[in-house]
Amino acid sequence: MTAFARRALPALALGLAGGPALAQPRQLLNVSYDPTREFYREFNAAFARHWQERSGQAIRISTSHGGSGRQARAVIDGLAADVVTLALAYDIDEIAARGLLARDWQQRLPHNSAPYTSTIVFLVRQGNPKGIHDWGDLARPGVAVITPNPKTSGGARWNYLAAWAWARRQPGGSDGSAAEFVTRLYRNVPVLDTGARGSTTSFVQRGQGDVLLTWENEAHLALQEFAGARLEIVTPGLSILAEPPVAVVDAHADRRGTRAAAEAYLQHLYTPEGQGLAAKHHYRPRDPVALAAARPRFPALEFVTVDADFGGWQAAQRMHFADGGSFDRIYRPGR
Amino acid sequence: MSAATEDPPWLRRLLILAVVGLLGLFLLLPLVAVFTEALRRGWAVALAALADPDALSAIRLTLLVAAIAVPVNTLGGIAAAWCIAKYDFPGRRLLTVLVELPFAVSPVISGLVWVLLFGAQGLFGPWLQRHGIGIIFALPGLVLATIFVTFPFVARTLVPLMQAQGREEEEAAATLGASGWQVFRRVTLPNIRWALLSGVLLCNARAMGEFGAVSVVSGHVRGETNTMPLHVEILYNEYQFAGAFAVAALLALLALVTLGAKALLERLGGRRMGGAL
Amino acid sequence: MAAASTGSTVLAAEGFFPRLRLAPRSAIPGFGLGFGITLAWLSLLVLIPLAALVARPWELGVAGVLGVVTEPRVMAALRLSFGAALLAAAIDLPGGLLTAWVITRYRFPGRRLLDGMVDLPFALPTAVAGIALTALYAPNGWLGALVEPLGLKLAFGPAGIVIALAFVGLPFIVRTVEPVLRDLSPAAEEAAATLGATRLQTVTRVVLPQLAPALLTGFALAFARAVGEYGSVIFIAGNMPMVSEIAPLLITVRLEQFDYAGAAAIGLAMLVIAFLLLSLLGLLHRHIRWARL
Repeated sequence: MTAFARRALPALALGLAGGPALAQPRQLLNVSYDPTREFYREFNAAFARHWQERSGQAIRISTSHGGSGRQARAVIDGLAADVVTLALAYDIDEIAARGLLARDWQQRLPHNSAPYTSTIVFLVRQGNPKGIHDWGDLARPGVAVITPNPKTSGGARWNYLAAWAWARRQPGGSDGSAAEFVTRLYRNVPVLDTGARGSTTSFVQRGQGDVLLTWENEAHLALQEFAGARLEIVTPGLSILAEPPVAVVDAHADRRGTRAAAEAYLQHLYTPEGQGLAAKHHYRPRDPVALAAARPRFPALEFVTVDADFGGWQAAQRMHFADGGSFDRIYRPGR
Repeated sequence: MSAATEDPPWLRRLLILAVVGLLGLFLLLPLVAVFTEALRRGWAVALAALADPDALSAIRLTLLVAAIAVPVNTLGGIAAAWCIAKYDFPGRRLLTVLVELPFAVSPVISGLVWVLLFGAQGLFGPWLQRHGIGIIFALPGLVLATIFVTFPFVARTLVPLMQAQGREEEEAAATLGASGWQVFRRVTLPNIRWALLSGVLLCNARAMGEFGAVSVVSGHVRGETNTMPLHVEILYNEYQFAGAFAVAALLALLALVTLGAKALLERLGGRRMGGAL
Repeated sequence: MAAASTGSTVLAAEGFFPRLRLAPRSAIPGFGLGFGITLAWLSLLVLIPLAALVARPWELGVAGVLGVVTEPRVMAALRLSFGAALLAAAIDLPGGLLTAWVITRYRFPGRRLLDGMVDLPFALPTAVAGIALTALYAPNGWLGALVEPLGLKLAFGPAGIVIALAFVGLPFIVRTVEPVLRDLSPAAEEAAATLGATRLQTVTRVVLPQLAPALLTGFALAFARAVGEYGSVIFIAGNMPMVSEIAPLLITVRLEQFDYAGAAAIGLAMLVIAFLLLSLLGLLHRHIRWARL
């Protein structure tokens, strides 16, 4: 291939596409997961202002949203993300395993590279007609539970692990009793959507199910977006501490010369402005001041973590979500 | 007309009513639902959703992808139909099956094959990356996936017609010393032009509406690699249902215009072809 | 139409078997260019990409590929995808025939509108169709609410899948049957009438047999289109493993586990089964045509 074609082909392709990438010299691509759309839309504008003041450069931040696994796969397949902000560390580990960023990426930013956290709560119909208060109620006969497929949705994996951890912490609980509990729970699931947003739509718009297992931030957003739908949030006594991590994709940022901006972008998430915006969009901020300010929305509860209770994401993935894992065994015929 | 070649009037009415009911409930109602949902919050919201810069860029991208994919499949489709209908050669039936094969391939696979070829982990991925050429998650990937999905439409419309028209006219022209190109341009093309146009229109409608395949190769970057169907999904996932259905309604409207044009062409074509058949 | 093509059809039927002569048996020049374009178009845009799909799974080894494909969940999904597609195409058969009959044989106000409506599923983007169908057939949708008191559940189950697939497949039957029906010569029907056949006998003994090849082609097309359908199904299916999970969804699931080879293995299995079924229908088609000649 000649030098001309090397330059001309992509230029031609971009030119045909309307050429936003060529017209804007400074550009960051943030590849994120589903429920962060509203938060990053506001945060991107805030960071662009901040960056303009600091460096005098205009910057344009594009975002791509979708299921966490699908987004990680897109980056692995060549989507030129400067930063990834995904639902779980496992997905970024997979990107790192392909050599696109350092393996110790999670040590590069404070709090395990997770600038905000969330947890899994229940969304029920107004008045809580089925009397759902804790995880045990989800496996009762006659309760229909809506949750997405853990194979395709990062959020659903947190749901699954939270239910498992709760069952194991019950008196006399073990991995065996936990498996039995989640099996009964998933027997109550009538629709298994591919993503968190699909599940919310099934629950709210289509009237499926009695309870939706979802991110705390998604539950608050649903209350806000579907004001007429008459919903209530039930926070269980114990749930999982979900830590959605962020990272600069070294290979792409270095090639595109965007490292400085990409690092500043992620660091800005930890500033009071970033933390305040996270809280505004119902993510639990790490900053104690911001958390205290938003306290009524974020009731205290007991947290389990993937690292302490499941030995980290690699182990959890192998045991529960890989082929033949505990989730697959739920749907094995003859049970 | 006797009782054996005409259906009795009561039966006619019954059958017409049955078809109106079937098509109305089964085909028309979903379309009505799209427009109802789009206008649920009024025209202002629907139009605002269409005027959004991201929506405009999705519209532009969709039209551009179709503008590249449809001519490619038109040229190939004509050539394939010409070979299949006008010549006998070993493997002709195999060729027919292969041309129709993309119909039977799931759209997900239609996207996947290009990822396997040109993705960073694919066959040519590392080479493409070294040279800074983007195919997947850029315009070329969207075009390739769309071409794959709409591949058989033109050939599929032309083959039965060209077979039915037989070869006598072409053979006569050839005997009179016309070259292959002249035979095609002067004899075959005038005979098939209306069917060709309607095949092209169908191909175009499908190209604009494709979702599964482009979803695999798009990367979903707002304002850059989102086509209209993907933009519908994005808005839907942002709970902007009115906006999602507004874009969907625009897509449906484009499809309806296409169908209208096709019906018009068939009427014109029907009149002209009447003499030939 | 049938009469005009009889001569070439017989030759065409033999075309499948390789003959020694490579040059086409035709008096028309220009085969080379046309064939060249066709081959380039077909191989660059379909065959090479599909070859990549066919080559990929074998890094798992033969046993690995068989292991993926014979997994109970994959088998259930393949059964569902092919079963629902066959059922949907079978449902479309009478509906499509009836529609084709009415719009070609009868003259009534609104006929053109009806005719145009047939192509709607061709033109409506699949994702839009999926969302619209789900909104209609969900238990709180316009149609779902009607049948809910009867205890029928349409959306979020296998029934929803069949509805979506029948929706995308219907135009294929109508559009393949319609031209044949239009071109049928009235002579045969008149002859039957003269010989004292009732209308029902004329239709079942004279008209239907002549439509059989077109019906079969339409069935094959509707089926082929339905097998791989994704966009319109995924919203309405419910996606429960072993019950309402379609094979294309399992491909997506594999991809999201970064298992490219496994995804390609399921894709390959779908391709092989579809190819075999379509070839079978092709053979049946030839058989019917031969029987008629």
